[in-house]
Amino acid sequence: MKVRSPQPTRRHALLTGVMSVAVLALTACGGGASDSSSASSSSAAPNLADGGATTLTMWVDAERAPALEEITKSFKEDTGIEVKLAVKDFAAVRDDFITQVPTGKGPDLIVGPHDWLGTFVQNGVVAPVELGDKASEFQESAIQAMTYDGSVYGVPYALENIALLRNTELVPEAAATFDEVIANGEAAVADGKATYPFLVGMDPKQGDPYHLYPLQTSMGVPVFGQNEDGSYNADELLLGEPNGVEFAKKLVEWGDTGSKVINSNITGDIAKEKFNAGESPYFLTGPWNVPDAQKAGLELAVDKLPTVGDEDAQPFIGVNGFFISSKSANALAANEFAVNYLSTEAAQDAMYDVGGRPPALKASFDKAASDPIVAAFGEIGANGVPMPALPEMQAVWADWGGTELALIKGDGDPAEAWTTMVSNIEAKIAAQ
Amino acid sequence: MLTTAPPGPAATRPPKKTAVRSDSTLGLLAKIVLLGLVDAFAVYVLITLFLQEKWVILLVGAAVTVLVNWIYLRRGGLPAKYLAPGIFFLVIFQVFVMLYSGYVAFTNYGDGHNSTKDDAVNAIQLSAQQRVPDSPAYRVSVLEADGEFSLLATDPDGGVSVGTTGVPLEEADDAVLDGTGKAVELEGYRTLQFGEVLANQEDILAITVPFSDDPEDGSLKTSDGSNAYVYRPSLSYDETTSTFTDLETGTTYSDTGEGSFRSADGEQLSTGWKINVGFDNFVKAFSDPNIRGPLLQVVLWTFTFAIVSVLSTFALGLFLANAFNLPDLRGKRIYRILMILPYAFPAFLAGLVWSGLLNPEFGFINNTFFGGADIPWLTDPLLAKISVLVVNLWLGFPYMFLVCTGALQSLPEEVDEAARMDGATGWRIFTAIKLPLLLVSVAPLLIASFAFNFNNFNVIYMLTDGGPRFSGTTANIGHTDILITMVYEIAFGTGVGRDYGLASALSIIIFIIVAVISAISFRQTKALEDIN
Repeated sequence: MKVRSPQPTRRHALLTGVMSVAVLALTACGGGASDSSSASSSSAAPNLADGGATTLTMWVDAERAPALEEITKSFKEDTGIEVKLAVKDFAAVRDDFITQVPTGKGPDLIVGPHDWLGTFVQNGVVAPVELGDKASEFQESAIQAMTYDGSVYGVPYALENIALLRNTELVPEAAATFDEVIANGEAAVADGKATYPFLVGMDPKQGDPYHLYPLQTSMGVPVFGQNEDGSYNADELLLGEPNGVEFAKKLVEWGDTGSKVINSNITGDIAKEKFNAGESPYFLTGPWNVPDAQKAGLELAVDKLPTVGDEDAQPFIGVNGFFISSKSANALAANEFAVNYLSTEAAQDAMYDVGGRPPALKASFDKAASDPIVAAFGEIGANGVPMPALPEMQAVWADWGGTELALIKGDGDPAEAWTTMVSNIEAKIAAQ
Repeated sequence: MLTTAPPGPAATRPPKKTAVRSDSTLGLLAKIVLLGLVDAFAVYVLITLFLQEKWVILLVGAAVTVLVNWIYLRRGGLPAKYLAPGIFFLVIFQVFVMLYSGYVAFTNYGDGHNSTKDDAVNAIQLSAQQRVPDSPAYRVSVLEADGEFSLLATDPDGGVSVGTTGVPLEEADDAVLDGTGKAVELEGYRTLQFGEVLANQEDILAITVPFSDDPEDGSLKTSDGSNAYVYRPSLSYDETTSTFTDLETGTTYSDTGEGSFRSADGEQLSTGWKINVGFDNFVKAFSDPNIRGPLLQVVLWTFTFAIVSVLSTFALGLFLANAFNLPDLRGKRIYRILMILPYAFPAFLAGLVWSGLLNPEFGFINNTFFGGADIPWLTDPLLAKISVLVVNLWLGFPYMFLVCTGALQSLPEEVDEAARMDGATGWRIFTAIKLPLLLVSVAPLLIASFAFNFNNFNVIYMLTDGGPRFSGTTANIGHTDILITMVYEIAFGTGVGRDYGLASALSIIIFIIVAVISAISFRQTKALEDIN
């Protein structure tokens, strides 16, 4: 899956609207005093059920739900606390969480990618968690991703990043630089073994800066600057680095009017279909497309991300984790579940077994890494950077993607287009 | 006058009467059951409201319940009985939504201003609690004595201490340890089991044990009842002045009346709250350079899109309705069903499917109809507009087809016949007689269709997302953006996150435009009726 969350459609807005109306109509917010929530359970209740603490509600999207069903069952057996999984639409779950937590009708926990965190904190809907000594048992980048403004807000359970998939029948040897990749790919095309030298999925409206990011970082053009502790600094937009324009020129060179290595008409679905049909030796994608490629009978190798410039090709890392609502009435139980239970090796193993996403806990990851594909992706991810969770990132995606797409199509002057993009993004961030 | 049958025998009447009576008993029973269900639900809601102390809504709810009972229990007042449910749902799902949008338009509701000030203060305080670097992790048991909870903490070296809110940690050497060396019991206290900890979590999470007499050392808190850490807040909140002070740098963040805490040099704490901002959103709607720049082009295109969509769908729908209205056409039914199929297709799905069909290199349209030509259907400004109109035609004509078929069938045959007797041609019959008659019933629907297409978000958003983009603006607005998609981009796509307040203000402006146009048009349609 792609960690970048798609923008909600109007249908979602409408649904949210209708739902919030229903909620408002029933719970009637804004009417009375604000001391409503605390009144119910302040007296000491000896009985577990009387305290209302026996159930937790967790929002999860359909893709992540299967991995969690087993684990919630065993949590109930161990502690008697039932975790109700409410399966929600991925495109809407983040916004619903933000709108419903303040009404007191939100869930206790939510599962999602770490780059939601900035918006969550901005809206005050998540509470920090203290992992204590367990923090060191997780991969460093996972904890770094879950940290925002100096506090850790989520319990990570899986990491994802992209890599270069290679069809070993078409190109037997790994390449280090993108030029070599192109050369190998074009050789395969020239031999008549393949139709496309290289594949990467492009959204027809937004391009795909997420997938092209390693190429960009290898030229020394990250999105934001990083502080000493690894967190991103929104005031330091680095897209405007001098090499940015060089990257823009490269995009034109690779694009529709150039060598057509990157084709703006190839969407993610088309790219997957062509790669699985053996029509290209290379596919720049994530682990989510590996099972189908294997099913299609391809001999796969997971190569390091190719470089264009002299620097490392760093992919974005997406970290999935559990967040606790700041208004959870069951915060203690939620902490028990997220911090003490889901962080155990057994739990992370189980989630990997069902969900197939590389675990964030080191011990579990090492076990999962017996699969060479997982190991290879993990190795590449160790070199990556967390996707920025800053709310400012929302202002970046549309311009960044749109400009890259235009350059790939060969529209406009690369230097001018790139500088305009940078100044547009700066203006948007400043307009806050 | 012919009397076809004599009046029925008197004997048949009594059973009829009893049937009516049993019907009304049944009716009464149904009424009691339904009203009982409604009342039961209302009482449940009212009790919940009472417990939550929401007095205003409680009163409104009670009044509505009484009103509903009065309407259905009294004799007579039949119209009210029919209208009440409709009005009830109209109020909840239409009037309330509109009023709420109106209210939101005057607030700064959006990302960063999501809830009340209390919630924001709470969230900031939660986030400001940071663990003292390199402080030990404690294992704790929760103790209870005289209804007050304490924490029994075991540090990593095995030292045991006890304390509670306001009572600093003190050593407790006589505590009973379990197998792992964790203190679990202390004389004079009762140790809580996990279930009890859960049941009293609110109080236990609130325990803040000062680490020592010096507040600088921080305090011990637990978030799960079994582990505790030493926290020290990085910000302190002063309720009387409603300011946050950064304990490290001494910077004060105060409530500047903009729904957030700001320091003197403009730095802002990340979580803010919802406030009323008066007409700010409307002022912004008219002064934002992102809106003003492309506004004229977008407005022109919105009108073009709406008008052409209405006319093209109506023309095609009417043509097909006429064609399939021929009495001697075979298989009419099957054709009609096929015609209506696109109507059953969700618009946003159709948008996605069409954007695939129109893919220049791999799309069906170019490959099949244009011999593999590379026509940029969705990325050339003019072609993109044409594509949007064609796709909307495909989506919209079945509705017009349905409406026109119905209207044509309701036209009296005699008029047709009379015209033919007078020697009128088919075309003349259509233009001089059928069309004007048709327009009387269809014109209001055309206006409704215009209003719908004026705000046809799905087709634009899913097919082109407004692209190709204008070169001159900062915002992500393009050649096929209509007003409503532009509003979406401006309110949700610029700055940092979504701005519901601005979105509501802009929607209200659009609503006014559409309302005015519709009102004028409806007035015009009265003239149509006069002709006939």
